[in-house]
Amino acid sequence: MIEIRVDMNRCQHYGQCVFEAPNVFQLNAQDRLEWKATADDAELSNVEAAIDICPMQAISLAE
Amino acid sequence: MVESVVIVGASLGGIRAAEALRRSAFSGAITVIGDEAHLPYNRPPLSKHFLASQIELEAIFFPRRSLVSDVSWHVGTRITSADFDEQTLTSAHSDTYSYDSLIIATGLRPKRLRIPGSELWGCFALRTLDDAVELRSALTPESRVVVVGSGFIGCEVAATVRSLGCEVTVIGRDEFPMQRPLGTELAAELMRRNEDHGIRFRMLTRVKQILGEDRVTGVALDDGTTMECNVVVEAVGSQQNTEWLRGNDIDADQGILTDSAMRVLRRDGQAWKNVFAVGDVARFPNKLFGDEASTVEHWNIPTETAKRAAEIIAAGVVGPEALELALSRRFAPIPSFWSDQFDAHLLAYGMLGRADRIKLVHGRVSTECIFGYFHGETLVGVCGIGNRSMVMHYRDQLAQQSGSNGSDPAPFLLTSSRADTPKARQ
Repeated sequence: MIEIRVDMNRCQHYGQCVFEAPNVFQLNAQDRLEWKATADDAELSNVEAAIDICPMQAISLAE
Repeated sequence: MVESVVIVGASLGGIRAAEALRRSAFSGAITVIGDEAHLPYNRPPLSKHFLASQIELEAIFFPRRSLVSDVSWHVGTRITSADFDEQTLTSAHSDTYSYDSLIIATGLRPKRLRIPGSELWGCFALRTLDDAVELRSALTPESRVVVVGSGFIGCEVAATVRSLGCEVTVIGRDEFPMQRPLGTELAAELMRRNEDHGIRFRMLTRVKQILGEDRVTGVALDDGTTMECNVVVEAVGSQQNTEWLRGNDIDADQGILTDSAMRVLRRDGQAWKNVFAVGDVARFPNKLFGDEASTVEHWNIPTETAKRAAEIIAAGVVGPEALELALSRRFAPIPSFWSDQFDAHLLAYGMLGRADRIKLVHGRVSTECIFGYFHGETLVGVCGIGNRSMVMHYRDQLAQQSGSNGSDPAPFLLTSSRADTPKARQ
């Protein structure tokens, strides 16, 4: 399992992560980010891509 | 077999290329050389949160991942020439570097005003961290700021500076700010909103002269009027950093021409097998938007193109079959950008500048809205204020319309009832 953190002080809800890892990130009806705090290892490369593409660099993996 | 990769340019494209090479199991030496004194940092906050002092310096830098702990970083080093035949680079300090594969990620620098007075203290451009630190330290709530240029950077700086309490005037040569590429209707609305927040616009005009003795005291416009100010921010576009490549057989006119594998092309159209260009400096074809190659100065493109170049290099190390497979993979990234100006939060996808027709497809321009950007009947871009989930839905349609085989885009039909469906297709 991987553990995903989002710094909500940084997140501006741009939703770029949603395209990279749609099983983990989504925008809700109010256009705010929702995400799963844990995900299967199979999502690792998608989450890494989401970390890369986040304009605010708000996403990280717990060590 | 490739044993060493040198990446020239230590910003977003450079760091992502290094990371992607390691993720692609490339095990050779990687050297990243950049002329700024800093390790890679994130540029978008420079005109927004960083300029407003809402985040501090350390929050700007990209995390250094263990993945690239063995990469050799040479910051503060300007490469001044390259010889593709010899596979060597020379720095301003006359150091020589050799490479098996080269990734060019030298990006852009701002164009500067070349008018009387533009050398005075108080004229700033905004591209680098040092630029932002300098501008930030020059600003006080009492500053009177003139922003020359009414594109996205100019308008974002104006909004940020205004939020600090400064008086701000934006000078632009079009009728409305951000008119290219947003179109008149959306641009006029954004101008109105920004005016509501106290930004003044002087459109359809140019700055003729910067006034002052040793420091800026004002600007003279080409309509004969003058304005007092003590800070001038020049946001008049950018140019690619390609001069160091002079003498090599490449097409570096308005960006370095590459193929869809990001391999730099010779003038006869043949690719250099071991020279790649990524990020803002690259002019590359994208099947989603027709055959014409173009530079794309949007946030996600350095990352996407760096990953593409790394994939090709790593496949080449594995062997000819792996390389053929990698080359055959479709590469059609969808540009994305956003802009925050007060409470207007823009989100856009695609190549808005390719449109010959712009249409409100959802909502009302005075509140929340989405515009579709069309070339003929084909959707080439989408831009919204608010409505992010729906903007992203249109982005999905942009991605799908060319199909998975990279064939020509199919005509796009809007799903929104507000759109004019072309009559021929009804």
